Amino acid sequence: MSLLSNVPQGDEILSPKLGWRGWLRWTWAQITSMRTALMLLLLLAVAAVPGSVFPQRSADPNGVTAYFKNNPELAKTLDAFQIFDVYTSVWFSSIYVLLFLSLVGCVIPRIVHHWGELKSEPIAMPRSLSRFPAYLKLPAKASYSMPRLAAELQRKRYRVKVTPAGISAEKGYLRETGNLVFHMSLLGVLVAVGVGGATSFTGQRVIVEGESFVNNLAGYDSFSPGAWFDANQLVPFSVKLDNFRTTFDLRNRTNIGTPLDFEAFVSVREGSQAISERGLIRVNHPLEVPGANIYLTGNGYAPVLTFKDADGNISFSGPVIYMPQDSNYTSLGVIKLPDANPKQFGVISFFYPTVATLKTGALTSRYPAPVDPFLTMNIYVGDLGLDSGIPSNVFELSVHGLEQVAGGKSGVKPIKLELGATQTLPGGLGTVTWDGLKRFASLDIAYNPMQIWVLLFTVLAFLGMITSLLTPRRRVFVRRGKDDFEFAAMAKNDDPKLEGILEDLVKFLKRRK
Amino acid sequence: MKDVLLNPALDRFAVYAIFASMALYTVAFLTFVWHLSRLSSTKVKLRKSAVSLERSALAITILAFLFHAAGVVMRGIAAARVPWANMYEFSISGALVIVGIFLAAWFIREIRVIAVFVTGFTLLVLGSATTLFYVEVKTLMPALQSVWLVIHVAVAVLATAFFNIAAALSIAYLLRNSVRLNNSKLLIAKVAKRILSVFPDSRTLENIAYRFNVIGFILWTFTLVAGAIWAERAWHRFWGWDTKEVWTFIIWTIYAGYLHATATRGWSGARAVWLSLVGFAAVIFNFTIVNLFFKGLHVYSGLK
Repeated sequence: MSLLSNVPQGDEILSPKLGWRGWLRWTWAQITSMRTALMLLLLLAVAAVPGSVFPQRSADPNGVTAYFKNNPELAKTLDAFQIFDVYTSVWFSSIYVLLFLSLVGCVIPRIVHHWGELKSEPIAMPRSLSRFPAYLKLPAKASYSMPRLAAELQRKRYRVKVTPAGISAEKGYLRETGNLVFHMSLLGVLVAVGVGGATSFTGQRVIVEGESFVNNLAGYDSFSPGAWFDANQLVPFSVKLDNFRTTFDLRNRTNIGTPLDFEAFVSVREGSQAISERGLIRVNHPLEVPGANIYLTGNGYAPVLTFKDADGNISFSGPVIYMPQDSNYTSLGVIKLPDANPKQFGVISFFYPTVATLKTGALTSRYPAPVDPFLTMNIYVGDLGLDSGIPSNVFELSVHGLEQVAGGKSGVKPIKLELGATQTLPGGLGTVTWDGLKRFASLDIAYNPMQIWVLLFTVLAFLGMITSLLTPRRRVFVRRGKDDFEFAAMAKNDDPKLEGILEDLVKFLKRRK
Repeated sequence: MKDVLLNPALDRFAVYAIFASMALYTVAFLTFVWHLSRLSSTKVKLRKSAVSLERSALAITILAFLFHAAGVVMRGIAAARVPWANMYEFSISGALVIVGIFLAAWFIREIRVIAVFVTGFTLLVLGSATTLFYVEVKTLMPALQSVWLVIHVAVAVLATAFFNIAAALSIAYLLRNSVRLNNSKLLIAKVAKRILSVFPDSRTLENIAYRFNVIGFILWTFTLVAGAIWAERAWHRFWGWDTKEVWTFIIWTIYAGYLHATATRGWSGARAVWLSLVGFAAVIFNFTIVNLFFKGLHVYSGLK
């Protein structure tokens, strides 16, 4: 006997017994109901909010670090609830997985039903027409022709069924077709986004003029592959930054110093090719090479410095990346010299492209291009901690435990340098020379093979949605009675045009051919 | 982008034109209020005179719109680009589109009752734009130099305008339907009731609001998609849950919920209308609070 049977067996069961299959069916009915879908949709909107309030690891990792620093206890609690990874969290994911489950459960039966409707004729004429949202009645005349009316409805792209009882006509099947295409395409978007996340990669690289980036794991400053992406899949190519050009406004008084353009002129060599091709990377205009797109995300200055010890041996020589701190490119650079003689030391240095003095006596930059470039350096002596094996940020110098020997409260003025000049460092640390000035570019290298599918499904969903929302689904019935004609029309949604449609039909009927 | 010549002097005139339009909108607003009170008058003679009052109010609104449009166009010329690259410009352009759509829809008789709201809201937007959001003409930062600025933001402005008109109609609907107002014996409630009695019936208001919301939703979807395409070009990923992306998504989801609600038993009617108003509140929140106080990549207000 059926498990769904609710025939009481004996005396013990008074309420209907569902059984596990029954419960499954009941649960499925709940999940696929419109009410549940609506709730899940609204829940998804609410669940997305915290991700805009709290910093997210994916979009703003520094913000998360800062949050942990400022509120360590609260941060730990919040982290337990995945508040810093909202969009990959268990709770956010379960909402949208349930939502899509609901969507599938709702849409699949509708597809079957709609397929049937598409293949069959319009529904039979109902018995009473007078209760329809639009209704008209007029006395019959011999000249009124039903076949002509049917032809007219057909011309207006109705699907028409003529019976002795009258005409049933229906149009706007595209409303449901579009709706179903929209929902199924959303599923396509979800899958493509998911697969894309696993098969894509992104990476960052800061590159100074004259340097090359080679597309392998070692070439990246940071690299985040998807779960299914292997570094061996990186397509071989190299990019050399020949020249980085910036254009700042000097012409408009209110706009001086505003960047107008950043251009990274590069030479690209694909695979094992001997010849390189010239390319240009600009903001909003990434360079596309097979298997990767290269985006310009930042830029700044890289002064070329040489440090020599007291004996004249070079302990460091090369360009140093200075991170811009404001819109006029006051920049901060860190140099660590663990191998310097007689002792290791670190440098925190400021670069001013166009130096100016504030009223307080502090230095600042007045214009982002190097009109009057200037460098200052604070020097710290002590164990830099680079031999401990703990990875440290190359752009940060932890001064804790170090002794400051130049700048700040050390009593010795900071080292000041003009381009091309050499200065002696205090405490017998040797000399520093500012040899030249280069620029650097921050590049994002990324590739998502599923991107085109995401776009395709999105466009399909969008088209489906428009079709569905803008196509009215209408049914028109015409009945020829003994002495009169009855017209009735209904629509899926509120439709102010129904009356007009019937009036037009009447007008057509009254026309003499 | 090379060598742009800005024209701050022309922008002065643009601001004067906006101020002039604000003065005119104020007059139009008051005239529309006057018209409503006349319309709901108990005296037949006064009711009859309301028609000409409405006509004058419309004429003043059109004049205000022309000054407003001149202000927006001059701002664009002064900045040598589209006038919607920061909050000030988005506000004045957005308000212009709202009034433009409203005037274009004037032939829909039932929509005229929200004239008070439209002129009032426009005043509010222009007021905050000129006092809180104003920035001098500036060139576009490289990140904004894209054809998508023209498309993505223009459609966002349009979508906001449609949502706005729908929200006004929804408020009218809720007032019309308000049980508390209908049962109240306070004098002000009685006056309000008389005014509301000249409003279109609630079903009509609901239907027109639905239509505007549908168009707004389609445009908002386009904004979202166009934004994703631009984000891929500018930031290497089409979606990264940036705060502005989050709120665009939230708004989209709420309005999607609204569309589903209208088709769900127990949710259509007042509840669905409330949902659309929550959606519109999110639009406003997204434009003000998120722009000014949330950290993210969309930092284009130009305010310090």
